[in-house]
Amino acid sequence: MRSNRFNTWLYRHKGARAALLLALPVLWLAVAYLGSLAVMLVSSLWSVDSFTGNTVHSFSFSNFHTLLTQRVYSTIAIRSIGVAIAVTVIDGLLAIPIALFIAKVLKPRFRSVVIALVLVPLWASYLVKTYAWRSMFADGGVISWVLKPFGIHGPGFGLTATTITLAYLWLPYMILPIYAGMDRLPNTLLEASSDLGASARRTFTSIILPMIYPAIIAGSIFTFSLSLGDYIVVKIVGGTTQLVANVIADNVGTAGNLPFAAAMAILPITAILGYLFIVRRSGALENF
Amino acid sequence: MYLSRRARILLAALTFGTLSFIYLPLLVVALNSFNPSRTFSWPPQSLSTVWWGRLTQNNGVLPAIASSIKVGLGATAIALVLGTCIAFAVSRYSFYGKNTLSLLVIFPIALPGIITGIALNTTFHTFLDPLNKQLALWTVVVGHATFCIVVVYNNVLARLRRLGQSLEEASQDLGANIFQTFRYITFPLIRSALVAGGLLAFALSFDEIVVTTFTAGPGTETLPQWIFNNLFRPNQAPVVNVVATMLIALFIFPVWLSQRISQDSSAGGRL
Repeated sequence: MRSNRFNTWLYRHKGARAALLLALPVLWLAVAYLGSLAVMLVSSLWSVDSFTGNTVHSFSFSNFHTLLTQRVYSTIAIRSIGVAIAVTVIDGLLAIPIALFIAKVLKPRFRSVVIALVLVPLWASYLVKTYAWRSMFADGGVISWVLKPFGIHGPGFGLTATTITLAYLWLPYMILPIYAGMDRLPNTLLEASSDLGASARRTFTSIILPMIYPAIIAGSIFTFSLSLGDYIVVKIVGGTTQLVANVIADNVGTAGNLPFAAAMAILPITAILGYLFIVRRSGALENF
Repeated sequence: MYLSRRARILLAALTFGTLSFIYLPLLVVALNSFNPSRTFSWPPQSLSTVWWGRLTQNNGVLPAIASSIKVGLGATAIALVLGTCIAFAVSRYSFYGKNTLSLLVIFPIALPGIITGIALNTTFHTFLDPLNKQLALWTVVVGHATFCIVVVYNNVLARLRRLGQSLEEASQDLGANIFQTFRYITFPLIRSALVAGGLLAFALSFDEIVVTTFTAGPGTETLPQWIFNNLFRPNQAPVVNVVATMLIALFIFPVWLSQRISQDSSAGGRL
């Protein structure tokens, strides 16, 4: 009987049902996860006692002072943002032709096959893909073997390898939104443009590009923020290159300076939020 | 749009080039796992399965696979419960902060892993240090569950929106209570979305390294961590190639399966 009464009570109280459903997830996401982010932001004001290695829980801006005054950190910040922009541009240049080809040239029955070909490697292990590029760039690897007959040395591990590997990893994230954008673009518009005498090039720059612009921006959000937050790729193919994310990682790991890592982490967060703020007006965010 | 023959051929060539760019490195890894040379000088002089034979003798891989499976199962179980709860709440009820919540679900996967990682790391240390406890495997499960919620949520939400509520209303009109309706009507209808979401969550967790690094205790090593720790060691590199090749083959299967099961998740739920 008791359970019946509970059932009836639940049935009558819609709010109670919603509250029961939401209790656990809100506790997890809003309290534990957002709480953790808040603790991290606060901890950027703490410091580490250089003698004992213990965290000093008193507020000071010394971490930010170090970040802003030491040249090395602004160089690393600029380099990281440069890599993120380069990756975004490379992915955009690779993604637009393939998306255009799949959406507007391929016959519909081949479309899903080629889309699957693009999608499947997205799910191959991230680490394996990065490792694959280590084999490519290694001394005596595929790239140096291909370039050898031309008398060119491969780039080896470094900034170029990092940029190419990151572009490789995030390429599907750029192709998918652009393909979706091209697919939504009515063929009648393109035909009208041709009928009015526009060349393919003119149709591309005056019709296609402006209309898929939000999709490009949506893709660029992924490539930009994923590149800024990545430190594994730099460690595997970057040689001695320093980017923001691996400075953060090293400060958590070997240096054991969590407060400084937290202060440094504010940089990618700000850059990503700043990027979202800049592109907000393009309408790309409504696609999510 | 009228595209000249030349433009079509150019686009086809670019597409082919990009697809080769996508697949070439994976093929190189697969080939290298059969390359008997320890330094993997390219091209391979001969092919052999010697490294594949060494796999079971390696004393680090199997425990790493075991802990990856444990973490994946734990994180998937939590993500299934929490993700389904949020999906039901968002699709069936209106409440204060609904938009914020649906944004908050995406947060852990939208923010770089390193941010989620050190945020959780700081919190774990703040709460565990006074208790003299250390990070362990369960802290990794907590970290993974946090970013896995979104894939379950996306799958279940899409299914619930498509289903509508008429079947549930019919069930209640016929006298079934809330739990009976869930058990006999709603659950069977969303089961395949749960399987698809669960598979994707498991795959996501199995692949993760960044959050893992910052939430794992000493002595805990998942498979991606094992790969990362061993790929710089010349002695272990051959076995890393074998594991990597296995992962390429293994990963593609659950994703393919989940796409077959659920047509809701066009991008595989990762986007």
